[in-house]
Amino acid sequence: MIFRTLKLASALALGLLLLASCKEAPIERPMMDSVQTGYRGTGMVQVYNPRIVASQDALNTAPPSSPPLPDGGPTAKASYKNVQVLGDLSAGNFVRLMTAMTTWVSPKEGCAYCHNLQNLADDSKYTKVVARKMIEMTRHINSNWQQHVSNTGVTCYTCHRGNPVPQQVWFTPLPQNKGADFIGDNAGQNVPGKHVNLSSLPTDPLTPYLLEDKPIRVNGPTPLPSGNRSSTKQAEWTYGLMTHMSNSLGVNCTFCHNTRSFQSWENSPPQRITAYQGIRMARDVNNAYMVPLTDTFPIDRKGPGGDVAKVSCATCHQGAYKPLYGFPMIKDHPELVGKPTQVAESKK
Amino acid sequence: MADYQNLFTAVQVAGPVHHGTELHDSTVERTGKPFLLHLAGRIGNAQIGPIYLGPLGIMSLMFGTLAFNIIGFNMLASVNWDPVQFVRLLFWLALEPPAPGNGLGLAPLNQGGWWQITGLFLTISVLLWWANVYRRAKALKMGTHVAWAFAAAIWLFLVLGLFRPVLMGSWGEAVPFGIFPHLDWTAAFSLRYGNLFYNPFHALSIAFLYGSALLFAMHGATILAVGRYGGEREIEQIIDRGTATERAALFWRWTMGFNATMESIHRWAWWFAVLCPLTGGIGILLTGTVVDNWYLWAVKHGVAPPYPQVWGPVIDPATLQGAKP
Repeated sequence: MIFRTLKLASALALGLLLLASCKEAPIERPMMDSVQTGYRGTGMVQVYNPRIVASQDALNTAPPSSPPLPDGGPTAKASYKNVQVLGDLSAGNFVRLMTAMTTWVSPKEGCAYCHNLQNLADDSKYTKVVARKMIEMTRHINSNWQQHVSNTGVTCYTCHRGNPVPQQVWFTPLPQNKGADFIGDNAGQNVPGKHVNLSSLPTDPLTPYLLEDKPIRVNGPTPLPSGNRSSTKQAEWTYGLMTHMSNSLGVNCTFCHNTRSFQSWENSPPQRITAYQGIRMARDVNNAYMVPLTDTFPIDRKGPGGDVAKVSCATCHQGAYKPLYGFPMIKDHPELVGKPTQVAESKK
Repeated sequence: MADYQNLFTAVQVAGPVHHGTELHDSTVERTGKPFLLHLAGRIGNAQIGPIYLGPLGIMSLMFGTLAFNIIGFNMLASVNWDPVQFVRLLFWLALEPPAPGNGLGLAPLNQGGWWQITGLFLTISVLLWWANVYRRAKALKMGTHVAWAFAAAIWLFLVLGLFRPVLMGSWGEAVPFGIFPHLDWTAAFSLRYGNLFYNPFHALSIAFLYGSALLFAMHGATILAVGRYGGEREIEQIIDRGTATERAALFWRWTMGFNATMESIHRWAWWFAVLCPLTGGIGILLTGTVVDNWYLWAVKHGVAPPYPQVWGPVIDPATLQGAKP
């Protein structure tokens, strides 16, 4: 009896298989798209899930914009009080940027999100102080980090996408509560980590690399041992950072690396250079612009340990290999490109 | 008539249960009243028991249980003693070895000390069980093939957790106890030492692993296929070759030009299985101690072929002037 049941079951399974492989069958899901990016047979391929890509279209569409007004007329600092950055911009283009910022950052809250509407020059709202610093940051990125942002540039919208607080910011998590420190240390890993694609890799690979500058490279330069003391555990932290990058950009390892040798630059696609600069850009932005704002933010905008919100690769990229698929928003906003190697422009 | 054309053994032998051969060298008797279990009979022998643990087996189980519990309670403590989270996150949880900076010293209890104790207990447990297996084989006047095959697996276990960490001078190089974490460790290990796929002993180990599966499938299929001619009586057929053996041998000569014998196929299987962890262990032991970067090693020895340059020259930005740190 049992043998007959088995035969029946296997016949059914075979039938289902045939049905699933039939092109007309409605149960087949779209295939993954794979795009060859390197020499044949080396596995240099990007795999895209068309459903995920389709779902990201709206997020990665830049808002409509118009070209800047012709220069001339009174400057912003002549027309308004307390203009600490962009003072030399024409008043017309200054107002144009303010309007654009409202649609980029606080479309629901309007001007009052940053400004005291009775006195627009008033700095009493913390959001206005932050916004000024963020304009400086944007100008700094567009002028000094062209190795990463090229001429595509970034605007407030690159990160904010219509949200007063960009959706993808990060905080340093509180250290594990180990009680009497007798048992149960998780060594900063071994729980499903958001930044590491829910793997059990170290949960916070951002603090050591995007805030501090701990060494990322773990490979040695010679076939045989020659003094490289990086450990396997250290490699797990680097692996965590790389998982964050892969996830943030919606790409495979092979976007930047030839996986036969992750360290070898000669074998790597050129995107790896851009990514290298991106790590340094995020670190620079966090230390030069975000950390100094720590005391400006109210406590409910800060992390569990009272640290300021910080940027990672995901803050701008939000799942796309280039934010907004590389749409050059900056061409309509030349005022957001600062002077090379500029330092802090405002008094605060 | 009994034949072997199904997944399950069609023959159920239901006879008087037996206690096995008489023991000569043991102070502890086998315990438990044997009984027949029909479902067990479908996949193996229907008789369950009697069991024999003996002092070695009991000590091995004690140390093994201690190690198992230390791992489990560390996992439970790491989720604040929440049983629900313990079950939900079980595959993520782990007991980590000490940090690399700790070297080979005794680590603080909650910074790898528990891992060291667990490693010691688990090693004792596994070695005692090996001795148990060896002594049981001797007690039955068998060969000790099973014990030596088990020793090959223990070799790989000890290379990963004892020999290599000692040679590297750091317990931090050892593997964590945990489901996903030990897999992450494996990936990180390959990343750190320049791609383990270029390690020839890793390649050998994989060949023996897949080879074992292939041999197992070939042998199992062959014996089932000639079961109707009494082919399952392999041991008898070694010295008294019957039509089952003749047909099986001819089948393989027809299909691949060569055949193993009723005896040699078991040596093939044993050596393939044993060489899998044996070569794997050698590969792990060489990694970091003798070879630091398997990819560069493979380039140096002409194993890794160069591929045509597809992109423009990509230069490490850290080596360029004015590089941002």
